[in-house]
Amino acid sequence: MLKKYLDKVKPHFEPGGKLQSLHSVFDGFETFLYTPNTTSRSGVHIHDNIDSKRVMIIVVIALLPCLLFGMYNCGYQNYLGSGATDFPFWSILLYGFLAVLPRIVVSYVVGLGIEFIVAQWRREEIQEGFLVTGILIPLICPIETPLWMLAVATAFSVIFVKEVFGGTGYNVFNVALVTRAFLFFAYPAQMSGDKVFVSTEPILGLGGQVTFADGVSGATALGQLATAEPGYHATNIIGGAISQWDAFLGLIPGSFGETSTLAICIGAIILLATGIASWRIMLSVVAGGLFMGWIANVCATPTYPVAYLSPLDQLLYGGFAFAAVFMATDPVTAARTNAGKWIYGFLTGVIAILIRVYNNGYPEGAMLAVLLMNAFAPLIDYCVVQSNINRRMRRLKAKA
Amino acid sequence: MAEKISNKDVFFNPFSKTNPVVVQVLGICSVLAVTAKLEPAIVMGISVIAVLAFANVIISLLRNTIPTNIRIIVQLVVVAGLVVIVEQLLRAFAYDVALQLSVFIGLIITNCILMGRLEAFAMGNKPWPAFLDGVGNGIGYAIILIIVGFFRELLGSGTLLGFQVVPDSWYTAGYVNNGLMILPPMALVVVACIIWVQRARNKDLQEAQ
Repeated sequence: MLKKYLDKVKPHFEPGGKLQSLHSVFDGFETFLYTPNTTSRSGVHIHDNIDSKRVMIIVVIALLPCLLFGMYNCGYQNYLGSGATDFPFWSILLYGFLAVLPRIVVSYVVGLGIEFIVAQWRREEIQEGFLVTGILIPLICPIETPLWMLAVATAFSVIFVKEVFGGTGYNVFNVALVTRAFLFFAYPAQMSGDKVFVSTEPILGLGGQVTFADGVSGATALGQLATAEPGYHATNIIGGAISQWDAFLGLIPGSFGETSTLAICIGAIILLATGIASWRIMLSVVAGGLFMGWIANVCATPTYPVAYLSPLDQLLYGGFAFAAVFMATDPVTAARTNAGKWIYGFLTGVIAILIRVYNNGYPEGAMLAVLLMNAFAPLIDYCVVQSNINRRMRRLKAKA
Repeated sequence: MAEKISNKDVFFNPFSKTNPVVVQVLGICSVLAVTAKLEPAIVMGISVIAVLAFANVIISLLRNTIPTNIRIIVQLVVVAGLVVIVEQLLRAFAYDVALQLSVFIGLIITNCILMGRLEAFAMGNKPWPAFLDGVGNGIGYAIILIIVGFFRELLGSGTLLGFQVVPDSWYTAGYVNNGLMILPPMALVVVACIIWVQRARNKDLQEAQ
């Protein structure tokens, strides 16, 4: 039925129709809903059966476990903090849903709004890249980030990281991560510390007012450890110790969607099974993280308390797993060659732990590590390709 | 100078068409460093205007007597002398701003705009056009500095020249100053925006695709 309606209104948007100027908007919606029925008419084209809109949708599906778990965790932290004794599953989930909904709406409205305007202006098709970015942004930001900050940061990164470079597929840096980096450097008080990771207000009668007891912190585990004495054990918001199992499940304070390693693993399986993300990058990021975590652990000193975490804990806490699965594997900003992917991933993992452990000011290093390696990805590719050429030249010479 | 250009063009071209910062992309380092607040940006702009104008005049007067193979050294000596005078004057009359600008007044010596103008213009022109060229380029530099400083102080600190302009009611409503604006990278982004706007308005500045 929808298809019929689309076909009916289509002539208005064709050249010569009365809504010609909105062609790109219409085209964006139509190809989003249905695979386009136009095919190339000349020359040889090799077609995969999925186009980039389908790829994006699979990534969004892979993000759903994180999103759903994030909602549950958000509600759970609020109920826990406000002193509730029973935890009704659906109310918790609904609370989290209501808490995150405005953030998702803001991120999509701002980001897609800019994409639509630019597409109209350049008379191009609307590019679908923001589909994934729009959901990533709320997932990697603290739940208490003010909405207008989210809007400013999204606008900044869509314009300056994506559109000025030519739109989807041409960006040098990961757009969602730049949004977070912008927030992190522009509004440090709202992006870190001990109040922002837990939603403290009741929403529509659900949840309660969270009051932090003395000496108890709502900071992330890594945030607490960065300023603590060696041997300190991170606590949750009512002062109970965080076990490794909690960290794996994700029932800890943190940015909205990144706390649960379990949900991230489910997403990783979806991405790997459909062949969308590179297993080389994922594996090498984890390997790099474990390697650097092990080194830090072996030479741990009281100056850098985070180093006392075991390598496994390093993977479970903070945004490391999320960055490894959803950020480092972004095909646009990662290295393209296979050997390059190994180098890129491994260095991302190493640098993430390096920043996290040895810079107490930045309790989370994964974001900065991925952005840094984004900048180096083309160089890595160049070196790999060049060494390949050199090797073949030598072989040619040896034969001749 | 192959073709003769009028004194008027010598003076006004650097404002926009041959602007030293956004067209020739010279002196970017100091633009990033001194523009976090408007006041040091203005003082820096004035200092560069003064040094550039007088250095241009002096080199232009000496241009026929300077041996070609040591001309850079002579230029440096002249510029360094002027910079020291400016620095001492600032310390005497505007000590606070001099402290904020710290080494960047001294670093005018190495500012590419100065060497560029001395080499490209003062070495081949009479003192009066050279003076106009120096003032024009200095103003071109100062304009960019002031625009960047204006936006960075307004968005980064909510003040202009030290006076608060963002009303208190905004802060209570949840507005927060953008800390990134205080950091040098945002100066680069603001300069990029100025270049963007300028090239969008002047088609002849756009490079061929």
